[in-house]
Amino acid sequence: MKEQHKHTKAKKYGMVIDLDKCTGCGACMAACMSENNVPFKKDESDKLLSITWMRVYKLTNGKKFPEADICYLPRPCMHCEGEHGHAPCVSVCPACATDYSHETGIVSQIYTRCFGCRYCMAACPYHARYFNWWDPVWPDGMEKYLSPNVSPRMRGVVEKCSFCFHRYQLAMNKAYNEGRRELEEHEYQTACTQACPAGAIIFGDLNNPDHAVTQIAKPDPKHGGRPMNPHAFRLLERLGTNPKVYYLSSRDWVRRAGDNYIENESGQGNH
Amino acid sequence: MDSALIPEGVKRCSFGKFIFWLVVFGAVLLWGVVAMLLCWFKGLNQTNMNDAYGFALWIWADLGVIALGGGAFFTGLLRYVFAKDELKNIINFAVLIGFICYSSALLILAIDVGQPLRSWFIFWHANVHSMLTEVAFCLSCYFAVLTIEYIPLILENRQIDRVPFFHNLSHNMHGIMAIFAATGAFLSFFHQGSLGGTPAVLFGRPFAFREGVLIWPWTFFLFTWSAAASGVCFTMLITCITRKITRKRLVKQKVMMLLAKIAGWMLATYTIAKIIDTWYWAAVTAPSKGFTLMDFYSNNPLYGIWILVLEIVVCGVIPSIILITRKGRDSSFLFVSAVLLGALGACVNRWVMVLQVMAVPVLTFESWFMYFPSWQEIATTILPVAYGIILIMISYRYLPIFPQERELEG
Repeated sequence: MKEQHKHTKAKKYGMVIDLDKCTGCGACMAACMSENNVPFKKDESDKLLSITWMRVYKLTNGKKFPEADICYLPRPCMHCEGEHGHAPCVSVCPACATDYSHETGIVSQIYTRCFGCRYCMAACPYHARYFNWWDPVWPDGMEKYLSPNVSPRMRGVVEKCSFCFHRYQLAMNKAYNEGRRELEEHEYQTACTQACPAGAIIFGDLNNPDHAVTQIAKPDPKHGGRPMNPHAFRLLERLGTNPKVYYLSSRDWVRRAGDNYIENESGQGNH
Repeated sequence: MDSALIPEGVKRCSFGKFIFWLVVFGAVLLWGVVAMLLCWFKGLNQTNMNDAYGFALWIWADLGVIALGGGAFFTGLLRYVFAKDELKNIINFAVLIGFICYSSALLILAIDVGQPLRSWFIFWHANVHSMLTEVAFCLSCYFAVLTIEYIPLILENRQIDRVPFFHNLSHNMHGIMAIFAATGAFLSFFHQGSLGGTPAVLFGRPFAFREGVLIWPWTFFLFTWSAAASGVCFTMLITCITRKITRKRLVKQKVMMLLAKIAGWMLATYTIAKIIDTWYWAAVTAPSKGFTLMDFYSNNPLYGIWILVLEIVVCGVIPSIILITRKGRDSSFLFVSAVLLGALGACVNRWVMVLQVMAVPVLTFESWFMYFPSWQEIATTILPVAYGIILIMISYRYLPIFPQERELEG
């Protein structure tokens, strides 16, 4: 099977999130938690202790009525490619507990390998990595509803969005059983993508020109995947993290909020 | 009561007084041990760390004690490799301080990781790209070297030395100490450097990120340099404190002045390099990521530009000037102030490179993250201080730490 994998074309799974469509309903967050057995506590008021693989931020343009405007920004793990797969978090992990897959472009986390040094969390500028400060405790009976495809994490290790990697594995198993080596676009979709009622999240292979993500974001391979769509941008593009999550917005201030600029410096998103 | 164990020809306080202070610092140590056990058994939820502060007080303490323990490797290098013979009179104490600092660092690391029982993964599943891997390997090896350097001292205890085997072992170990000193300096260069690289390779954190040469960011060299300078300052500071408490001279002033002069030049050259690094970072690196210098020092309740001034001017320029000038070194007030500031400088630098890195917002829609440690974090950070004091008390009482003491006090 390993040998056969070598003959499949390398994928680069990524996401496009249309911020003009996102209503901030949080369905993506709920779906993600349910799908991935993300633990929660009785008191989740301290968001710096909450595990939210997918987190919806509320952005404002800071202006007063009638110019006030808001935008909801869902933030999964960006699955950064960095330079040649040296994602900010991957290269720093001292125990190889996190890995960049050149086969899928997914940054994985090996929970049983992680010993909880949290260097990866310090490295991630998106705060997409979460530490299990407590052991997971499920309400009575809820353990029966946990997904059997995702292992729950123990206290003392880091976890993060996996682009629902178990779904990729299941889809690949099915394809192999059917004698195929490639997946159809719809066969591997993340839980948040499917849960979004506004259809704001699109998921697919950025290496495949037929996939919607590629057609919308138009990543430029000559410039590290920078989007050619004038309405598309990536978060903190200037840091060189080379993320695989693209955002769409028709609003200038939203695109500009995606990165840091010195006062009077021109630029918004990729432009 | 314990006079048979005390080195010949020196005076020590009464056994009762010694035990009293041992109990006092033992109680502080016990407080730290309780907090440590709470962290081990209940987990890191006992701390005030959170997902924004994955690195916090402990990592600062870790980097801080390793920098302050740098006096051991640098004094060893000067004594054994550069043949500064006078330093044989302070090398024992430098080794003891280094041993305390490095054992403390390892203890803090053991508390700090989420799954302490898996700590060996760092060696077994080592990622050669990670600065922490290099730190773990070099730190462990150098601690072994420090232990080897400390053992002959223990063997010189009056009673142990009577046993011919231990006497000969100690003698032979002294004979080959230059090899260990050179090995220690080599290992120290790498782990002090790797600790400097730890924040600087975080290219997702513009406050920490530094460019460099090949795979080494500039802070790799700056951390080693500052550890050599500040570590020696710390050795001299603790020597001054020990002199004050024991009311004895312990080490000849000539030895202290030599070390002070070397520390002064190390600190001065480090400060110049640090100023250049800061200027390049503020003028070139940070703006290329969309940040101005003042973005890192405003709009928050703690981190003002004062901290940069404190680190570079107050703890860098001022002690350098004092220590490289004869007048400055000769004034006991200025001398003590300078070594105190020199040691503090490394602590401030490590604080900034750990905690301020975590505090600075990177995403435009986030704000500064502030943090105050829990009592468990504070207790476990004070634990090594109490442990260090106890080890110095015991070593000073029963081992010939200061070879010149008998001559000076005779």
